[in-house]
Amino acid sequence: MTEVRAPETATPPSPPVPSAPVRLGTRSLPRWAPLGAYAAGAAAAGALLLVTGFSLAGWVVLTALVGTVLLVGASRAVEGARKATDRLVTVLVTGAFLVALLPLVSVTYTVVSRGAARFDAQFFTYSMRGVVGEGGGAYHAIVGTLIITALATLISVPVGLLTAVYLVEYGRGQLARAIRFLIDVMSGIPSIVAGLFAFALFTLFLGPGARLGIMGAVALSVLMIPLVVRSTEEMLKLVPNELREASYALGVPKWLTIVRVVLRTAVAGIATGVTLAVARVIGETAPLLVTVGTTTSVNLNPFEGRMASLPTFSYFSFTQPGANPQFAVERAWTAALTLVILVMLFNLLARVISKVFSPKAR
Amino acid sequence: MGKRIDVSDLDIYYGDFLAVEKVTMVIEPRTVTALIGPSGCGKSTFLRSLNRMHEVIPGAHVEGKVVMDGQDIYGSDVDPVDVRRSIGMVFQRPNPFPTMSIAENVLAGQRLNNKRMRKAESEELVERSLRGANLWEEVKDRLGRPGSSLSGGQQQRLCIARAIAVQPQVLLMDEPCSALDPISTLAIEDLIGELKQDYTIVIVTHNMQQASRVSDETGFFNIAGTGKPGKLIEMADTTTMFSNPSQKATEDYVSGRFG
Ligand SMILES: Nc1ncnc2c1ncn2[C@@H]1O[C@H](COP(=O)(O)OP(=O)(O)OP(=O)(O)O)[C@@H](O)[C@H]1O
Ligand SMILES: [Mg+2]
Repeated sequence: MTEVRAPETATPPSPPVPSAPVRLGTRSLPRWAPLGAYAAGAAAAGALLLVTGFSLAGWVVLTALVGTVLLVGASRAVEGARKATDRLVTVLVTGAFLVALLPLVSVTYTVVSRGAARFDAQFFTYSMRGVVGEGGGAYHAIVGTLIITALATLISVPVGLLTAVYLVEYGRGQLARAIRFLIDVMSGIPSIVAGLFAFALFTLFLGPGARLGIMGAVALSVLMIPLVVRSTEEMLKLVPNELREASYALGVPKWLTIVRVVLRTAVAGIATGVTLAVARVIGETAPLLVTVGTTTSVNLNPFEGRMASLPTFSYFSFTQPGANPQFAVERAWTAALTLVILVMLFNLLARVISKVFSPKAR
Repeated sequence: MGKRIDVSDLDIYYGDFLAVEKVTMVIEPRTVTALIGPSGCGKSTFLRSLNRMHEVIPGAHVEGKVVMDGQDIYGSDVDPVDVRRSIGMVFQRPNPFPTMSIAENVLAGQRLNNKRMRKAESEELVERSLRGANLWEEVKDRLGRPGSSLSGGQQQRLCIARAIAVQPQVLLMDEPCSALDPISTLAIEDLIGELKQDYTIVIVTHNMQQASRVSDETGFFNIAGTGKPGKLIEMADTTTMFSNPSQKATEDYVSGRFG
């Protein structure tokens, strides 16, 4: 037992040895060094390309290469190896970030610039019933997407949530391992297979050729359930065991502890996970093509008849634009823009939810 | 309030591993019983088996008897949830619910069990429990703030308030002061002195002075070596244990000659 024993007498301090003064910090490059390096790189790359023939992409790549070599070389000469490595890694990290940002910016720009043309009141209030050529809207597709996605969420959230609760709070041994494995397999299912599954399932009951909103919802929930299970499981695992024990020690039964303490503590993260899962499936096209089909008029009943949805609307507007292709293609872009905006709204919603529900520190 | 607990021949397991062997002890009502002993000897394990918190860990189980009020709490018809309602627990690290305010934390035992209470009634309970835990004056103006906004010592007293708000018979405390400064420690020791008017208290501590200051009875646990089960070596009233213990090991431990 060390903690109750008196401390051993410490060895007497050795006499101070005179040493060279410690040098803190080294010479460093001026603040404008990175800017200068890349400006020089740009000039050098430009000059080189003027000889061989200019191309924008080549110029950007060459500028990045030459600039980085200049910057890291200068840093190595002046600041030493450690700082030079630091600069190199900073360049790599920033570069990776820019590369990752590139498709996002490009997609946003394309969708907004092409979708803006038909982003008007008519688009959001009219269906395509009887419309040939100009005009018309995607009202039927928007409500279709919302209904199908809402139904899919309604199916996936209880199933996913309860599965995750089972895995984290109850599951032990073989069964839990089997379920985890199946969830992993499920999250790798191609979306068209999910669609065919729903199609085959409903064909058993309704015969071939049935196209219903609910079929699409089932197909989407096949894709959504593993996402919900996975994110919820991670969130539940983050809830400290001490809170569960605190609750048990107050004489709270296990199921109430799970509902009122564990789920309540994790609700922000769960809501975020669910919203992201919704955002992920809302743009699925293939499973809806085989299960719901599409239509030109408004159908609010997911249990009867075909239903339009934004992705299929966009798809058919492109592939079968009809007599005046220009108008259909415009509508397709606006549908795409609407979809992007919906996804963004869901992400915002997720943030609001997690803000509202997360434990407050002060 | 305050019940007597008779423990007889209690073996406590984690799976196949026997962690604590053959404990027999009597815990008198309305006294403070301190449990001391080296790290890993099974004090926490034993304490948790007194309100059936032990079995929360997968594979953990006990053999033997713990009788409170003439009833074996490990009897086949006994619901562990009821046991925990009458034997409360305070943990080593303060663990207020982060999603709840100070007042809600105090009421957690009622709220989480979906017990309906009138507003006046619950306000009264909050005040009474916080006064009981010596925290009322410090927090009465900010009952709506989150429990995690308090200092560590205040959080620990909040946890005590939460534990006594469900009006248990017995209060188990596992090193309640080990994360606290000397002043908060003193506040909690004073509190223990007051609480023993109403409750039976069992406290685990590594601090000999604390054991001698707060407790009436002291039990000394020891372990023969790693992998061996912990045992209750000796139990007697605190003055005897610290001045004139009957076992050599106890004397070595309380006097600090131990290794
Ligand atoms: N969850 C667990 N699973 C398996 N074994 C455990 C578990 N918790 C504790 N043990 C073992 O049980 C024995 C007793 O542990 P316990 O926590 O009761 O000791 P303690 O006396 O409270 O020690 P300390 O003073 O350090 O808190 C130790 O050998 C420990 O390794
Ligand atoms: Mg312990």
